Amino acid sequence: MDKKKMIKYGIIGLVLVLLIFPAFSTYNSMVELDENSTTQWANVESSYQRRADLIPNLVNTVKGYAAHEKETLTAVMQARAKATSVNIDASKLDAASIQKFQEAQQGISGALGKLMMVSERYPDLKANQNFLELQAQLEGTENRINVERNKFNEIVGAYNKKIKKLPGKFYNMMFGFEDRARFEAKEGSENAPTVEF
Amino acid sequence: MKKLLSILLLLTVVLTVNAQTPCLLEQDAKQDLVQDYAGVLTESEEQTLRQQLIAFNDTVSNQILIVTVTDLCGYDKAEFSYTLGEKWGVGQDGKDNGIVIMVKPKEIDGRGDAFIATGRGLEGVLPDAIAKRIVENEMIPSFKQKDYYGGIYDAALTTMQITGGEYTAEEYSKVSFKSFLPFLFGLIIFIIIIAMQVGKTKRYATTNGMGFWAAWSLMNAASRGSHGGAFGNFGSGGGSFGGFGGGSFGGGGAGGSW
Repeated sequence: MDKKKMIKYGIIGLVLVLLIFPAFSTYNSMVELDENSTTQWANVESSYQRRADLIPNLVNTVKGYAAHEKETLTAVMQARAKATSVNIDASKLDAASIQKFQEAQQGISGALGKLMMVSERYPDLKANQNFLELQAQLEGTENRINVERNKFNEIVGAYNKKIKKLPGKFYNMMFGFEDRARFEAKEGSENAPTVEF
Repeated sequence: MKKLLSILLLLTVVLTVNAQTPCLLEQDAKQDLVQDYAGVLTESEEQTLRQQLIAFNDTVSNQILIVTVTDLCGYDKAEFSYTLGEKWGVGQDGKDNGIVIMVKPKEIDGRGDAFIATGRGLEGVLPDAIAKRIVENEMIPSFKQKDYYGGIYDAALTTMQITGGEYTAEEYSKVSFKSFLPFLFGLIIFIIIIAMQVGKTKRYATTNGMGFWAAWSLMNAASRGSHGGAFGNFGSGGGSFGGFGGGSFGGGGAGGSW
């Protein structure tokens, strides 16, 4: 091989390397964000599961003091059963499935809110150590849900940005990365809840 | 002219009021374990707490941040506390063993808020129900009597006792190479100094026609005065806080109001 040819191949090689390496890193970070959002979805689900796990204990404790609030208690159990039966495929998180998930979980939130309101009427229950601890755990669980949801939204936001911007858009066209949905603020959550006595 | 001057004066006043320190969550982390923005602790009380927390950090590696504020930046007490911990990275990276004890004292017409936020790694040793108990039993009764130091001190002490057994500093230093770096650096410098000293002594010995050790002792005797001061400085590093380590918070903890 003469010298001229060698230089020519060298330049072609260099250009290819310069083109391909950034491409790798963009593609890899897209895959990574995709995987991260799936992992984070699992964290979201497990934080909701944690809340669902508290419910039977809570219901039993309240039952001991306020047995005739049967309606409220069964509403909580029903909402829980409904929410745990919702199954979401973490690899296909579109707006519809997230909304389905969120609706079911809001059913629990609503029923639990009512239960807590009702329990205000029972001083003995409110003084019960077990109930106080469950209440603290429930509050902590809501905080954890909030944290994991925010984190999920953050990751999905970064992912969506990456696949829509250049050069990510090219790989999106080539390999078909799908847009992912985020949690939306609860409908009507901007209105303060009305408390009826 | 007078009018213009007064307008200018008013403008400066308005500007300075607006230039108030931004909400704590928007500020960079201040590397201090006791931060009393509400001004409920005296200087010596702060110092006592700080020393205990630094010693705790040095032995157990758990980081407890005590912060008193007058403003929660529009967040609720829980969100404020764990967001602060997460943002500032209270606790060690990977261990996530940080705790934020937040107190917002009761103002004339407001209400007081207290919260203990636990890092992800300590949620098991200090569950929400226990955190709640500390707030309700140790803090709020004292706070109601306006004894902020008493409440904060008791809460910090209980928290240290409960979380004390979780991680030992020894265990931590094994995994973290970073903590060895200053030591390694110091060792290298020490070796260089010794090597220089040995070279100097050798030259001194040959020019003066005496043995190596004789020259060594002679030279050390001459320079002892300056060395004493240099080594004394090493000791003073022990009492200061090394900084937050990047721990993460997942929303654990509990609080109360009064």
